[in-house]
Amino acid sequence: MSEQGNDYSDQWELKQQERREFRSYVWGIGLALLLTVAPFALVHWAGIPRFPLLIVIGAFALVQMLVHFRFFLHIGFKQKREDLQLILFSTLLLTIMVAGTIWIMASLALRMTMPASP
Amino acid sequence: MSQEVIKHPGLNLGPTHGKDNDAAERMMSGFWVFMMSDAILFGMVFATYVTSIDATAGGPGPHDLYDIKSVFIETMLLLTSSFAFGMASLALKYKHSMTRLIGWLAVTLVLGVSFLGFELHDFATMFAKGGVPTRSGYLSAFFDLVPLHGLHVTAACIWLVCLVGQIARYGLDTMTKLGIMRLALFWHFLDIVWIAIFSVVYLAGLT
Repeated sequence: MSEQGNDYSDQWELKQQERREFRSYVWGIGLALLLTVAPFALVHWAGIPRFPLLIVIGAFALVQMLVHFRFFLHIGFKQKREDLQLILFSTLLLTIMVAGTIWIMASLALRMTMPASP
Repeated sequence: MSQEVIKHPGLNLGPTHGKDNDAAERMMSGFWVFMMSDAILFGMVFATYVTSIDATAGGPGPHDLYDIKSVFIETMLLLTSSFAFGMASLALKYKHSMTRLIGWLAVTLVLGVSFLGFELHDFATMFAKGGVPTRSGYLSAFFDLVPLHGLHVTAACIWLVCLVGQIARYGLDTMTKLGIMRLALFWHFLDIVWIAIFSVVYLAGLT
């Protein structure tokens, strides 16, 4: 790495890399701002019916989370395999447990509020 | 692209940091395991909130209690603090001056503390309107979820102050460098949790 002749090109390489990573953060905050302002504006000003609005808010949130993972936490597909597996497996567990809980509890609530049969 | 080997998820210090970068792999990967378990905890508390959202028991609901402007300001504060921490990470990685590193860390801290200030003000307003945790299942779940995130941010702010103290005492050695790197991950992670909070709790609540 630090052979005498390579010093200059190493420095240049490092500068390029820094510029790239700085740009990544700027892209990150730019996209995040856009993806934050849009749903706030929609909720505050646009008179969209409730159900489609919820879907839109959810979609914006998901995309913004991906943006944060990509540009702030620097997660890509170049991770070592087990690191990416950790994140993906946690996401899978999270999805199963959260979606399962909401499903079961919503179903329960629905059944509990049904009129009692004679 | 560069020849840099990615040793762990997140920003890597890179080969110019020698042994500090070698030590990073185990500590950063371990911290990721903690963060993912923390994400599961938040997920379950979110599920609790969503399932009790209608359990207002005749008390005040989301429309009576939430203030969209305040939440928007909080979101902006946390988002810019995440960016500021990113700049601190770059100052560390590319060995810029200590002033620049501490400066960005200070900006992050100020933004984080202002976020907490706005959040506490929000809670006080809710309390004044009768939105106390004991009022209904919905409010219990709300005060389980949102202050849990606030508590995490508080812990992160205390950690940040301690780190700056450690840097003042020991300089930038392996432990303080990796401390900054791990706190950066945690800070970005808390920002991601906040995305879920402002979407699921505040925006969905105000539709």
